[in-house]
Amino acid sequence: MTATLVRAGRWVTGHLVMFVALLVLFYMFLPIMVVVLMSFDDTADVAYQFNGFTLANWSDPCSSYGMCDAVAKSLQIGLLATVGATLLGTLMAFAMARHHFRGRSIANVGIFLPMASPEIVMGSSLLALFVSAGFAGQLGFATILIAHIMFCLSFVVVAVKARLSGMDNGLEQAAMDLYANEWQTFWRVTFPLVFPGIVGAALLAFSLSFDDYIITNLVAGQSQTFPMYVWGVSRREIPPQINVIGTAMLLVSILVVVMAEVVRRGRNRA
Amino acid sequence: MSAGVDEQEQANPGVQRGPGNDLRLVSLSKQFGAFTAVNDLTLTVPAGSFFALLGPSGCGKTTTLRMVAGLEAPTAGDIFLGGQDVTRLRPYKRPVNTVFQNYALFPHLSVAENVAFGLKRRGRKKVDAEVARLLDLVELGDRGRRRPQELSGGQQQRVALARALINEPEVLLLDEPLGALDLKLRRQMQIELKRIQTEVGLTFVHVTHDQEEAMTMADTVAVMNAGVIEQMGPPGELYDNPATTFVANFLGQSNLVAGHVTRMRDDLVEVDVEGTTVLASRTRSHADSGAVWVGVRPEKVFLDSSGQTRDHGINVVRAGRICDVSYTGVSTQYLVRMPWGQELTVFEQNTGARELFRVGACVDLGWRAEHTFVLDAAQDAHAGVEYEDLGT
Ligand SMILES: Nc1ncnc2c1ncn2[C@@H]1O[C@H](COP(=O)(O)OP(=O)(O)O)[C@@H](O)[C@H]1O
Ligand SMILES: [Mg+2]
Repeated sequence: MTATLVRAGRWVTGHLVMFVALLVLFYMFLPIMVVVLMSFDDTADVAYQFNGFTLANWSDPCSSYGMCDAVAKSLQIGLLATVGATLLGTLMAFAMARHHFRGRSIANVGIFLPMASPEIVMGSSLLALFVSAGFAGQLGFATILIAHIMFCLSFVVVAVKARLSGMDNGLEQAAMDLYANEWQTFWRVTFPLVFPGIVGAALLAFSLSFDDYIITNLVAGQSQTFPMYVWGVSRREIPPQINVIGTAMLLVSILVVVMAEVVRRGRNRA
Repeated sequence: MSAGVDEQEQANPGVQRGPGNDLRLVSLSKQFGAFTAVNDLTLTVPAGSFFALLGPSGCGKTTTLRMVAGLEAPTAGDIFLGGQDVTRLRPYKRPVNTVFQNYALFPHLSVAENVAFGLKRRGRKKVDAEVARLLDLVELGDRGRRRPQELSGGQQQRVALARALINEPEVLLLDEPLGALDLKLRRQMQIELKRIQTEVGLTFVHVTHDQEEAMTMADTVAVMNAGVIEQMGPPGELYDNPATTFVANFLGQSNLVAGHVTRMRDDLVEVDVEGTTVLASRTRSHADSGAVWVGVRPEKVFLDSSGQTRDHGINVVRAGRICDVSYTGVSTQYLVRMPWGQELTVFEQNTGARELFRVGACVDLGWRAEHTFVLDAAQDAHAGVEYEDLGT
C-alpha cells in the first residue's frame, strides 16, 4: 500500500514540470478557446454565456452592422502599413548595419524611441501634428496609415537589423570571390539569408497595425477600424460575429506558422 | 528575384586566363589605423608552383591573402598577375579563388549548389557533371544534397576546397585549409592537395602556421613574421641555411651559441666560441665580422664520450654534461649543459650501435663544418621559439 503511494508520489514529482507546463499553456490558451467557442454561440438570449451551438454566425459574419466595413478597413490599412514599413525599415536596417556614417550610433538609439514612448503620448502628439498642419478635416484612412507605418517602422528595423548583424559578411565576400558581382551577391546570398528576418518583421508589423487601438482612435477622424468597432459595441454587448473574425484570424496565423515550418523542413530535406 | 538576376548572370570579363601568369606582390603594405599588418612585402609566386606562406598567428598571412583576393585594399604597393596590375580590380574580376579559414559556406544552399556557385556566376548552364566530379574528388560524392551545416568540420573544409577548385583559378589561395582536421585526415588531405595541384597545374598559395605542413607540401616556403618576409626559398634550403634567428627557431629547432668571427678564409669562416675555434661555410654565414650566433640543428650533432673526437672538417666543443635524456622510441633527445652554462639540444637516432648516455655523463659535441650556420648577433636568439608548440 505504502509502496504504491511512494511510487505514485515519485511519478508525480517526476512529471511535475510537465504538469506545470500544461497549466501554463492552459492559462495562455483559455481566452482563445473562449473566442473559438463563442463564435458558435447562439445569442438568442443572454450574451457572454454559451446558449447553444449554431453555425449562423459563421454563415453570415457581416450581419452585425458595420463590422465587415471595419474589418475591411483594418485589413487594408494593415496590408499597406506592412508593405510600407517593411520596405522602409529593411532599407534602414541595411544602411544602419552595413554602412558607417556620421550619427549612426544616435540613429541606433533613436530607432528605439518610438518603441519606448507610450502610445497615448505618441497618438496625441500625432493628432496635434496633423491638426496644426491643417489636416483636421481630412483625418481618416491616410492619417491612420501614416501613423501605422511610423510605429511599425522601429520594429521592422530592429528585427531585420538583428538578422543582418548575426550574419557574417564573410559570406558576401566569399560570393564576390566566386565571381558574383554586387548585384548577384545581394540577390543570391544576402537577401535569401535576411529573408526570414524580413518575413518575421512583416508579420509583426501586420499584427501591430491590425490591433492598434489607442493611436488609431486618436487620428482616425470619422473612420472606424476593427478594434475601434469592437470597443464601440462592447459597451452594449459583444456580437458573436466578432468571435468569428477572431477565430478566422487565429486560423490564418496557424496556417502561416504551419506553412513556414513545412517550407523550412522541405528545404532541409532537399 | 528571378528575372532581374538572370539577366545579370553573364560571364564576367576578367583577366585573360592562360599559363605563365606569375603572381607578383610589389612593396605591398596594409595598415589598420596605426597598426601595420603587412609591411612592404615583395615576392613572386611562379605560375604553377606550390607556395607556402608560413608564420605564427597574427603575422599578417590572412591579410596578405585577402589583398590578393581583392577583399582588402592595400595601403600601398601593387599586385600583378601575369603582366596585369590587379591591385584595384574587384574581387569577382580576378581569376583567384579562396578557401577561407572559416570556410564561409553558404548555409542556404546545398553542398552541390555551393560547389556550383562560381561556375554559375560565370554563366555556365550545365554544371552537374563537373560538380559531381569535384565532390567525388573530395570524397563527398553522396553529400551533394545536404546542407553544409549538416556536415562535420572536416567535410565542410573539403566542400570549401571543392567550391574553389572547380573554378580552376589562376591562383588558389588556401588560408589554413587543413586547420580543423585531425592529424590523420590532415596528412591524407596534404597528399591529396599536393596531387591535385600537380595534376591541374594551378598556382597554390597555401597559408599555414604548421612548419611541417609547409615543408612537406611546398616548392617554395616564405617565412613571415610581424608583417615581413624573413626568408624565402625551397624548404630544404630554409632548413639548412636559415638567414635569421626567427627562421632558425620557427622552422624546426636550432642550437644558437654566442661567438665572434676571428678570421675569414676563402670559403670558410672561423668563429671563436668560448675558446674553441669553430668553422662554418661562407655560403651559410649571414654575418662576417664581430659578434655572431653560431647555429647547428640538433640532429646534426653527434655525441662522443671518448674525449678523442678530432677530424678534419668537424667542429668539436668539449666537456658537456648530459642533464636530461628523453627517449622517444625512434630517437633520443639529450639536453647537454656546456661549461659556459648553456644547454644544447641533441637528437640521436636509436640505431642501437651503442648504449644511450645517462644523465651526468661527460660528452664532446661534434658536427660537420658544412652544417654550421652563422647569424648576426644583433638578433634575439629566442625569436620564433615560443611559437614552436603551435606547429603540428
Ligand atoms: N580588419 C582589421 N582591423 C584591424 N586589425 C586587423 C584587421 N584584420 C587583421 N588585423 C590585425 O592584423 C594582424 C594580422 O592579421 P592576420 O592577417 O589575420 O594574421 P594571420 O592570418 O597571420 O594570423 C593581426 O594582429 C590582426 O589583429
Ligand atoms: Mg589567418
